[in-house]
Amino acid sequence: MIEAGLSGGSNSGPKMTARDVHVFYGEKEAIRGVSIDITTDEVTAFIGPSGCGKSTFLRCFNRMNDTVASARVTGDIRLDSEDIYSPEMDVVQLRARVGMVFQKPNPFPKSIFENIAYGPRIHGLASGRSELEGIVEQSLQRAGLWNEVKDRLAEPGTALSGGQQQRLCIARAIAVDPEVILMDEPCSALDPIATAKVEELIDDLRGRYAIVIVTHNMQQAARVSQKTAFFHLGEMVEYGATRDIFTNPRETRTKDYITGRYG
Amino acid sequence: MTDAGIALAGPGPAVPARTATDWKSAAMRARVRARYRSEQWFRALGVLALAIAGAFLLFLLGTIVRDGWRAFQQTEIEVPIRFDRALLGLPEGKPGPQQLQSGDYANLLDPVLAANPGMGRAISEGAWVRLRTMVMKDPALLGQERKVWLTATSNFDLLAKGSIDRTADEADRRVSDRDIALFDQLGREGRLRTGFNWQFLTGSDSTVPELAGIWGALKGSLLMILVTLGLAFPVGVLAAVYLEEYAPRNRWTDIVEVSINNLAAVPSIIFGLLGLAVFLNVLGMPRSAPVVGGLTLALMTLPVIVIAARAALKSVPPSIRDAALGIGASRVQVVFHHVLPLALPGIMTGTIIGVARALGETAPLLMIGMRAFLTDAPDGFDQPATALPVQIFIWSDNVARGFVEKTSGAIIVLLLLLMALNAIAIWLRNRYEVRW
Repeated sequence: MIEAGLSGGSNSGPKMTARDVHVFYGEKEAIRGVSIDITTDEVTAFIGPSGCGKSTFLRCFNRMNDTVASARVTGDIRLDSEDIYSPEMDVVQLRARVGMVFQKPNPFPKSIFENIAYGPRIHGLASGRSELEGIVEQSLQRAGLWNEVKDRLAEPGTALSGGQQQRLCIARAIAVDPEVILMDEPCSALDPIATAKVEELIDDLRGRYAIVIVTHNMQQAARVSQKTAFFHLGEMVEYGATRDIFTNPRETRTKDYITGRYG
Repeated sequence: MTDAGIALAGPGPAVPARTATDWKSAAMRARVRARYRSEQWFRALGVLALAIAGAFLLFLLGTIVRDGWRAFQQTEIEVPIRFDRALLGLPEGKPGPQQLQSGDYANLLDPVLAANPGMGRAISEGAWVRLRTMVMKDPALLGQERKVWLTATSNFDLLAKGSIDRTADEADRRVSDRDIALFDQLGREGRLRTGFNWQFLTGSDSTVPELAGIWGALKGSLLMILVTLGLAFPVGVLAAVYLEEYAPRNRWTDIVEVSINNLAAVPSIIFGLLGLAVFLNVLGMPRSAPVVGGLTLALMTLPVIVIAARAALKSVPPSIRDAALGIGASRVQVVFHHVLPLALPGIMTGTIIGVARALGETAPLLMIGMRAFLTDAPDGFDQPATALPVQIFIWSDNVARGFVEKTSGAIIVLLLLLMALNAIAIWLRNRYEVRW
């Protein structure tokens, strides 16, 4: 797809950059000066023990931390060299461009069709019913869900199985034509078969969208990502190619974690 | 690591060996028996509490229905009436509707009363209204003679319903021996019948029980509830949305929250005083009008709706807000496309329960003058009106014996109305509730 090639800009530098990001919850510092680049042609995984701040950091990229009253973010995060925390940035558009998939599948209690169509509709991405239907079908196809739901688009999204619901949520994020997709432990509530399908889907989507996935499942990080960042106590301990992190970690803390010494 | 821990804490002099627990010992059995006993006690107490509550309810409903069902029946007496133009004071020729309307219909009863003066105590003083209705509907009746069923007085009505003890001494009885004789005679002639009392449902207040009806009060109540709902629902829901979805958590919002909770617990008569002071004295709004009653009740219902709406909004899972925000919905879109529709069944339930409470409220309405004696239903929001619970209060005060059954009858209507509202609330909850 040509637009994806243009906007995705594969091999044309990072899609998103974070420099010296700190996040505070009141007095507590949850993220301590993290810098990272996110590219479109690779999947980036954030791993680390519970409470290490990986989800907090992920939520900086689409400013979901804004909804937490006590949260304060400093540092510099850019999407295509545009500062997303600048006053000129419209946070609503930012969240359309940087989509998010949550830990627990959270489809709207509406029909499958409405779940997908809602985003394009509020952003005015479709000029008519037929175009909207096209977007819905394309999104569901990209999410690998079309064949399972094409005959039951009017049924409520909440009636699907957990794995299908999560793929519906991914399709919902895709439908607003995002540039980046953030996934916050997308498989932690799913069974192994559903997990495998979502992982397969992430692999299919690589290159079209910049994908960041937070996971506490190290095998999953090894399977789906090309770059891995290991977080511990609010710091990014190590960042590099996934293969290197898992086979030849430089830091002892990383090594201890991936070999199961703590976490 | 765990193996090492056990090895370190192994048998030593400091830790005495624990003897095996005997689960069948006498002490253990006694403990089990005591546990069963206390469970049985608790269940018995629960059943007893329920039985007492149920007995009270049955007693309450039983007495009301026993007294009240008679209000829906009314005795009538058959009387021969000649629609005499001269008695009506109508000129010869074809009279216009205006003339028909102003005819002196009470005079038509004069021949009946001349034949038997006792009939004056048998036929209600308002019975002529039916004669006028008949003539207005069919002017051809003029000059003819018909047998007409006319409303009986309350005393004759009570006699027919067996509400008067005939064996009591005449001096202690409301009805004289002469009237009883007349009643029995009419009965023998087949000129008495007891049928459904439409007057009770369509009429308004009256000084005589047999003509009194609840329509005026019911309409007043309905007009008032419209005002209450129209004001309290949107204001309450929007206030709840703001407090729940927008307002920052700080000292001011805490104060507002505490104030709303306290307001919900303020005795209703205080709201009546407020209505009197603000709406009548300061704003100069009409006394006894449904609009003022509705505004006063809206003040009273508002905190109830705010609290119910906030609880309903709170019960919408945050994951739905995240989902909508995550695809770039604005906060207004999140609230109006997702959160509010999902909370609406809960909000409606709370609102209906609040409105049902307002519908049964008497005290604040007394303060703003809605206890006037009105023989007509209100025509608008600014016309003098009364309300159903106030009408019940007024009738319960009336000395005429016939109002006892009217009071209970009005209570039945009010209870049915409240039950219908609650049924709607339950239906809405079951129909539209979304489960996660």
